[in-house]
Amino acid sequence: MAAAVAARGCGGVWRRVWQYGAGGPRPSSRGQWAAASSARGAVVPVGKSGLAPWVPVVGLEIHAQISSNSKLFSGSQVQFAAPPNSLVSFFDASLPGTLPVLNRRCVEAAVMTGLALNCSINKKSLFDRKHYFYADLPAGYQITQQRVPIAVNGSLSYSLCIDNKMSQMVTKTVRIKQIQLEQDSGKSLHDDTRSQTLVDLNRAGVGLMEVVMEPDMCCGEEAAAAVRELQLILQTLGSSQAVMAEGQLRVDANVSVHHPGEPYGVRTEVKNINSLRFLAKAVDYEIQRQIKELENGGTILNETRAFDSKLGCTVPMRDKEGKQDYRFMPEPNLPPLILYDAKSLPANMNHQQVVNIDWIHKRLPDLPSVTRAKLVERYGILPEHSFALLNEDGLTEFFENVVKQTQMKPKKVIGWILNVLLSYLKQHSLTVKESPVSSVLMADLLNLLEKKEISSTAAKQVFAELWKGEGKTPLEIVKEKKLELIQDQKELEQICQAVIDGQENEVMAIKAGNLKVLNKLIGLVQRETQGRSNPVLVKQLLEKKLSE
Amino acid sequence: MRLLSVARCLRSGGLLLPPVPPGRAALSVGRHDQQQQQPPQPAVTVEVLDHLEQLALVDFRDAEGVERLRKAIQFADLLHQVNTDGVEPMDSVLEDRCLYLREDDVTEGNCTNELLKNAREKVEEYFVAPPGNIPLPKLEERETFLKGS
Repeated sequence: MAAAVAARGCGGVWRRVWQYGAGGPRPSSRGQWAAASSARGAVVPVGKSGLAPWVPVVGLEIHAQISSNSKLFSGSQVQFAAPPNSLVSFFDASLPGTLPVLNRRCVEAAVMTGLALNCSINKKSLFDRKHYFYADLPAGYQITQQRVPIAVNGSLSYSLCIDNKMSQMVTKTVRIKQIQLEQDSGKSLHDDTRSQTLVDLNRAGVGLMEVVMEPDMCCGEEAAAAVRELQLILQTLGSSQAVMAEGQLRVDANVSVHHPGEPYGVRTEVKNINSLRFLAKAVDYEIQRQIKELENGGTILNETRAFDSKLGCTVPMRDKEGKQDYRFMPEPNLPPLILYDAKSLPANMNHQQVVNIDWIHKRLPDLPSVTRAKLVERYGILPEHSFALLNEDGLTEFFENVVKQTQMKPKKVIGWILNVLLSYLKQHSLTVKESPVSSVLMADLLNLLEKKEISSTAAKQVFAELWKGEGKTPLEIVKEKKLELIQDQKELEQICQAVIDGQENEVMAIKAGNLKVLNKLIGLVQRETQGRSNPVLVKQLLEKKLSE
Repeated sequence: MRLLSVARCLRSGGLLLPPVPPGRAALSVGRHDQQQQQPPQPAVTVEVLDHLEQLALVDFRDAEGVERLRKAIQFADLLHQVNTDGVEPMDSVLEDRCLYLREDDVTEGNCTNELLKNAREKVEEYFVAPPGNIPLPKLEERETFLKGS
């Protein structure tokens, strides 16, 4: 049973099986798979190298901050950077006599997210208190949904590229156990020098959606890909801005390893993961650490570990007071949350008090997977291109704008967008919005290329000039740098003839049947014209002359 | 029978804080059965009390405090005498009420000074707390009534 479930996460057809010791994988994002390539593709039988294979199991708990104006249970503002304790109401500070009042927008955000992740929405969900003591939790408990959350039993499909080449993508699915609404805690700033903690409650009470993913993943790459897709979905829905760097998306990973056919191993929880890259690293490190520990005869403790990004490893977290007893109890101040659909809609209720699941369903925007499929269908680009477009904020829009304004086929345009524009943006760490080359300029450039007024090489030179952002148009740059292709056929013929006349040996070789030498002549013509000749045309002219 | 009706029964029998066991509770169980129906009461041991003190940071202080706890447990155990077969558990008397939904408007906050007035210590508008949770010392090391038990 354990083996079957493990197989699900790593694909039925091929399975990533970790083998430590056989030049085992290093915990560095992409290069590791080269070393483990013998283990990929099939379960390595015991005895082949003396080491039993390991199956890693990875589950994720993701907290996404809801994008709303005010907090989950109070009317104080939600904002990232603000003076300490300025966005705190009496309820957030847990002063006696205050009560929680549920924010409708947060409920809608959770329903949208649940629908997008194919969950069943619970028409009746309940709120509970989870008790623990910590300075950034002034009430001593967090209001959450432990018994009956707002959404359950969904799924998330994501894609991975095998081979690091983006040429082969494989689709995987991870089950979503549940989505629940809960409060965020405040922020603690640890001042070790003065042995104190400074507490800022601005974040206390902000609405969170906790998305629990079942342990269907088997490595850091899968975990990162799943989270990336979730991030895109949340951003598309607008239910969360999901920026990890600003703490709007926090991921905790649950990792364990076991031998195929045996029960699941003891799992550890890994926290303090601040980016997708670190998520992959942390998970892979922890898998390797557990394998190493177990192969050395040690045991894995069911503990919480923190990822140290500087050292690239996980360390046990201090200040963990053994197993916590959260003393869950129903939140006595909140009745059950009732959601409606078209059938159950009550006739006389104030419509501001009603959350209609069907109404929300109808207004869901296209999810990333749908957008990608539409791009592939509409423009004839490859699936991996659509992934690259959606992966960069604003790139899809840019691409579509260029396509609208140029005669060049989208299949060719995409190459320029992904290989030229995107690589420049990455090199200079700029976002699409900050690009010095606008879609208009890019379209102009591609039009010149399409009309064969310049060569492809010349176009790249023009792009480099445009990147400087000096306000010149592509045509101006072409004229300035004299990059136009020679259009005068007679002039070209003269140059071809001159080259032929000067290369007797090569001409003889070609006439004798060695056609590869023709490329040398084309090259010489290109040199003569300083790259301003159309190689296809040159080849034709040379061939014509040589056959005379 | 729902909790409300049980409470009504107990109250009408003049038993707001019944001694053990309730002599006149008009419940669905006959009086003769009451003694047998009551589940064996778990002993309220020092370990349990120590655990509660750690978890909830209460201090049972003296024998009277512990006795009050025992009585409270006894009172709650009365519920076992009620036949709840096929009855949905009720966890809030608000269950039939509408959960009010608030519009997503900013209506509160911006009262830093007022809030900080409650702080014994503050640093530049931050509340000051100890570096981490200070664990309650172990039973042997505490000044607690339970030590003598």
